[in-house]
Amino acid sequence: MAKLRLLFVKEEQASYISHLDLMRTFQRVFPRGGLELKHSQGFHPHPLISIVLPLPVGQSSECELLDFEVEQDIDGTGIADMLNTGLPAGLRVRDCYRVERPARDLAFLRARLELDYDDGVPDGATDRLRALFERGEVLVEKRTKHKDLAQINVVPLIRSIEWSEAPNLVTADVVVAAQNPGLNPALLANAAAAQLPELAADFARVRRLELYDGELNIFR
Amino acid sequence: MRLSGAWCRIPLMDKRLERILPRVQKPARYVGGEYNAVMKDLSQVDTRVAFCFPDTYEIGMSNLGMRILYGVMNNMPTVWCERCFHPWGDMEDEMRRLGLPLYALESSDPIGAFDIIAFSVGYEMAFPAMLNMLDLARVPLRSEDRPGLTPLVIAGGTAMYNCEPIADFIDLALLGEGEEQLPELIELYRQAKREGWDKYTFLCKACHLEGVYVPSLYDVTYHDDGTVAAITPRDGAPARIRKRVVTDMDKAYYLAKTIVPSTEIVQDRVTLELFRGCIRGCRFCQAGYVYRPVRSRSKDLCAAYARAAIEDSGYQEMTLSSLSTSDYRPLVELCDDLEPLCERKHLNLSLPSLRADNFSMALMERLQKGRKTGLTFAPEAGTQRLRDAINKNLTEEDLLESCRRAFAGGYSAVKLYFMLGLPTETDEDVAGIADVAAHVMHAWRESASNKNRGVRITVSTSWFVPKPHTAFQWEPQISIEEYERRVALLRERINTKTVTYNWHPSPTSFMEAVISRGDRRLCKVLEAAHRKGAKLDAWEDYFSLERWLEAFEECGLDPHFYANRRREHGELMPWAHIDVGVTDAYLMREHDRAYEGITTPDCRTQCSGCGANCFCPCDTDKK
Repeated sequence: MAKLRLLFVKEEQASYISHLDLMRTFQRVFPRGGLELKHSQGFHPHPLISIVLPLPVGQSSECELLDFEVEQDIDGTGIADMLNTGLPAGLRVRDCYRVERPARDLAFLRARLELDYDDGVPDGATDRLRALFERGEVLVEKRTKHKDLAQINVVPLIRSIEWSEAPNLVTADVVVAAQNPGLNPALLANAAAAQLPELAADFARVRRLELYDGELNIFR
Repeated sequence: MRLSGAWCRIPLMDKRLERILPRVQKPARYVGGEYNAVMKDLSQVDTRVAFCFPDTYEIGMSNLGMRILYGVMNNMPTVWCERCFHPWGDMEDEMRRLGLPLYALESSDPIGAFDIIAFSVGYEMAFPAMLNMLDLARVPLRSEDRPGLTPLVIAGGTAMYNCEPIADFIDLALLGEGEEQLPELIELYRQAKREGWDKYTFLCKACHLEGVYVPSLYDVTYHDDGTVAAITPRDGAPARIRKRVVTDMDKAYYLAKTIVPSTEIVQDRVTLELFRGCIRGCRFCQAGYVYRPVRSRSKDLCAAYARAAIEDSGYQEMTLSSLSTSDYRPLVELCDDLEPLCERKHLNLSLPSLRADNFSMALMERLQKGRKTGLTFAPEAGTQRLRDAINKNLTEEDLLESCRRAFAGGYSAVKLYFMLGLPTETDEDVAGIADVAAHVMHAWRESASNKNRGVRITVSTSWFVPKPHTAFQWEPQISIEEYERRVALLRERINTKTVTYNWHPSPTSFMEAVISRGDRRLCKVLEAAHRKGAKLDAWEDYFSLERWLEAFEECGLDPHFYANRRREHGELMPWAHIDVGVTDAYLMREHDRAYEGITTPDCRTQCSGCGANCFCPCDTDKK
């Protein structure tokens, strides 16, 4: 029996697979590779799989983590290659290893937020966006688990933010809180659109790049 | 055939799709890329097929025929068959708003430029969705408005046994099972392309392939009263078109490598097909007649296929599928063979379409693991007299015995399905439904293992739709007023709280009765309904009776002529030139016997000479 962790990429078509569907997909991926998932012991046994930090539908990521338990006593060697022969397009396992650190140690994530401006980036947009998040408080509406709207201040959840500009594109490289509470980087685009409506982007795209612990060391 | 690595990661069609997808429900169904989806190198492909299912992804991906034929076509080295489904309304709106044409899931290329657009249509109410898909693909709806060979619009599936209502839209229909006929047709198409035939030349040759029906090669004339006067073939087309069947199920293509969707679908499991056809002969059942003769797959092959499919897919659930699974002779032995696999892989077997008899109950008890959910039985009618008239060979005692067994074994919910409006039905038969429910309730009192849990008995009724190629094809559907009167009558008779009565004020069933026995004049009605916005009309979310009635009004046709009129045995049916093997004489005899209350034994007990053994000997030797 072993507790293992997958590090995988979720991008392109696979970005649209929802959290629950991704769990279902992996439940089928493991048996294909001959791995026998450990099941819970209750009246309705379910396979022991959990995704450490579910990714919002539509975002892509280079660093998703999935914890699972198998009946076999293995350390994960060779599993990435084996799984990669039978995954849906857009999913790719980078590594598989024994769980060494608990998921609660995960504190920050780095992501790239891309704002598309189809008709060119408005003059001074980047500077104004930078200035916006240098304020002490930027409120944004967020739908809670109970489906009602809450106002949250995003600023305390941002660890760092770097803005850059290219033709038709403004990019923010952000490090934000990952959990308890975490910040979905897409909310920064919402906040910007609400506070600076004339700078609302035509489309916002998010890609998760890296995971960190509380000391900003890479979390695996 | 599957190319891995970079090949699988197709960039999304264009930026527009990336913009749309976050705004629609369940976007995963619009992007493809699933495990076992077939990718091909376009430089090696000479024929591109868009395999279209006129319903949503979740429904279409659950269709076994679609999966089989996807495999069959992609086994042809130079053919690339891709899938295409009808988008849900939110996605359709977004696509139309941004001018994004309907695209195939594998390549995300617009299907309008494909060689062949092939529809799989199992249900008449999917006809509007088919038209809407052509429209979304920007392909002209009418065959005559597509002068070139490409794109060729073809259709297959059970609804093609009367495809007159869409005769003007399709270039040809495939009748029966497609495993052998579809590759033949595609080969002919490739030859046509190589040799530069025009569409007409191609169609004139195609109509001689067995099971291929080219509607444009038949002239239909009508009497003054609206009934069909004559169906006349032209240009050497055969007078009758016989459906195609696979005669040897052991040689039929089986796909061990099937697509595993990355989002939940309706039938999200491996489907193992045990046999085709049905020995029972229920007189209302179209599938029971048109899938004849009975052809079984050998047990060892089934077991081997099951293992291969489970190993490859990673699914932990498998359906043993057929029209009447209890009638598969080596069923117990097959389950024995599969047991070790089930144990090892935590695999659940599900057996739909089981009969309510002791044999089936014993088997189910053995396979049932974990939670005991509800059981569903379909007695169809409330009295023995009516069950005999429709040839549903189920006695109330069989049903009650099965219920007693289930309740004793810990089940606490039973669903009972009935039809209202079956031919010869009287008020007594309607009241009989309430009696059956009451008797099931009594059976629970007698035998429940744990009465504290209570019991839920659900009675559901649907509105009977007479179908072509059945013993009841001559019958009128009862009017909506009469249907509602019978519903009210039944509701009055069901007076215990434990019995829940479900029924639908389903105008869809009326339109289904109209279209399923419609003639070619309905093409313009379908076109008018399409213009008015008909699309996923199999879904109540989108169905509108008013829209259909307006369309009929505009075209000067009366829907009641099709749904509620009794036909004489001598009347020429709009589908008279379609030969499913079962003879008219047999259907007439079955129709008469319904009125005489005489049952017909199942094919294993005694051959009743339906005619379907013209294809191959029936696999019906006695148990």
